[in-house]
Amino acid sequence: MQRLTQFACVAALFWTGTALASDAVETGTFGKTPVPDSVRALPPPLPTLIRAADVPSDNGKAVVVTWLPDSSTPSFVRYQVGVATDPSGPYYFGGEAPAAGPLVKDDPKIFGWSPADPDHQFLVVSSYMVPPATPDGNPERVELQPDRTYYLRFAVVGDSASAELAAPMSVTPRQNWIKLHKLNNLVFGLFFGVVILSFIEFARRNPNMFIRKIAGLDAVEEALGRATEMGKPVYFVHGLNSMGEVSAIASVNILGRVARRVAQFDTTLKVMNNDPIVLAVSQEVVREACIDVGRPDAYVPDNVMFVADRQFSYAAAVDGMMMRERPATVMLMGYFYAEALLFAETGNVVGAIQIAATDSYTQIPFFITTCDYTLIGEELYAASAYLAREPKLLGSLRGQDVGKAFLIAILTIGTALELAGIHWLTHLVAPL
Amino acid sequence: MIFLKRTLPLVIAFVMGIVAISIYYIPHQAAVDLNELLSKWDRIIAAFAAFLGVYSLLYLHAGRLKRRQVGWGYSVFVYLGFVVMLTAAIYNNGAGPLVALRKGGAYDWLYTNVFVAADASMFAILSFFIASAAYRTFRARTTEATILLVAAVIVMLGRVPIGALLWESMPELQQWLMNVPNMAAKRGILLGVYLGAVATALRIIFGIERSYLGGDE
Repeated sequence: MQRLTQFACVAALFWTGTALASDAVETGTFGKTPVPDSVRALPPPLPTLIRAADVPSDNGKAVVVTWLPDSSTPSFVRYQVGVATDPSGPYYFGGEAPAAGPLVKDDPKIFGWSPADPDHQFLVVSSYMVPPATPDGNPERVELQPDRTYYLRFAVVGDSASAELAAPMSVTPRQNWIKLHKLNNLVFGLFFGVVILSFIEFARRNPNMFIRKIAGLDAVEEALGRATEMGKPVYFVHGLNSMGEVSAIASVNILGRVARRVAQFDTTLKVMNNDPIVLAVSQEVVREACIDVGRPDAYVPDNVMFVADRQFSYAAAVDGMMMRERPATVMLMGYFYAEALLFAETGNVVGAIQIAATDSYTQIPFFITTCDYTLIGEELYAASAYLAREPKLLGSLRGQDVGKAFLIAILTIGTALELAGIHWLTHLVAPL
Repeated sequence: MIFLKRTLPLVIAFVMGIVAISIYYIPHQAAVDLNELLSKWDRIIAAFAAFLGVYSLLYLHAGRLKRRQVGWGYSVFVYLGFVVMLTAAIYNNGAGPLVALRKGGAYDWLYTNVFVAADASMFAILSFFIASAAYRTFRARTTEATILLVAAVIVMLGRVPIGALLWESMPELQQWLMNVPNMAAKRGILLGVYLGAVATALRIIFGIERSYLGGDE
């Protein structure tokens, strides 16, 4: 009778949850061994060490419940958590986990790499379901709010019997000011930042610092000179990214350098854009570059144009212009997708000298195949500084190279340590 | 004037750069709300910029038509396409421009039967371009080109049934080529890209790189 009452109470508490939760637990056989009905009728054992805590490093809208499952827990049970704002209830369905749910050691983002209770199970609760006021209504999902105390009831639900923790647990989710799991990222970011800024300062004091040669950028002068000699235009084709992406900013920076040289050479520069914001920035950059070298008349607004914002419309229009005008030089700068080869092959057909720069690794092979010079990945970002030949900008290039050397060292040491079964370095640099 | 053209943009770049980086590390609701606000501003600016793009496009082609420039016939199609699509969108299958775009109208028909078809045709051309580019690249004139040719043949054969028919280990070999040498090169490039992005971001945030503002450094 007592068990029957207990079951009725739990069922009443979690009726919403049971209704909404996945009903995937089958009532027949599990694997090859059928579970006897006599086992299913017994209330499942309640786990021990059940605790509720605030989820760290979040916006205060989630709590986590952990428990140590009993070794005799059958595989068909589910762990459920009910949520209330008052200890006396009503309790609403907050979430459930299967018997073979995730373990604490599987989630370093919440519990760290060396948790005290690695074999405990856990469930993150961020909301609860309030049943509809009317029978034909929909249940309402209510998010947990920061700095508000919630009461949680924990139950193990089987097919025909349940067990519940006697007393509710109280927990108050708190907002945090730092994502502790991103701390390694922050430290490495600051480290690279300090390295790059240090080399910029170093370059300011030592203007003749050696910087490795980048053939594609050395060829820019030659390519612009060729266009001048042939009396044909230079095409500067932007990639598909908007100004929110660093690759688009890097392309605009290169455009500024190229526009200055083109204005000095008195050659026509045509800039193709597929994004209106990049267009506006490009217009301003080219105009200012022309004014800066004392050639304001060299700026022709029509030559910095918006072509199309759709990928293949953009490709068709630019290819058409290439075929008609046969530019002497084509510069493909930014992040490209499938249209990369359409541009580069057309440029090749019209006999233009082509310089491509992209951080899109899927398009690099196409550019290498069809262009005269290709700036691979980071060289796109280095291009503006390299072309400027300004010591403080060149310093950042040296900083990048030192950063790369550091990463290579970490990779080499990390690989050796992993092979030796030592994981701390992997954990230190792992993204969470 | 110098303040508006130089100092203010640099201050905005510095402040917004630091804010954007900070938001990434701060989980507090205030940071989440600020991020959402900035995203909204981004979308609003992008919406206004769309008008800028349309204006630039129409102005450019109007000039070409006026001057009867080479290829001016294409400009006629730009205007024709713009007017027809705009009219169809405003008419909106009889519902007018103030309601959501209706399915099955003239706009929908034009989009599916003209735009999508033209777009697909352009994409289809890519296969011919790939063939011509591959032909040039795979001529085994140097050691590197020969290695590339051999690797490409293994990958291509390993991905079709005839490859396994010729040699049962072909699919595994192509998978190894993709998973080991190819993946190593890809990750090497990506590491450089991320470092380059960090360096570029720092140069802009601290006002060291100013060429995006145009003019003198």
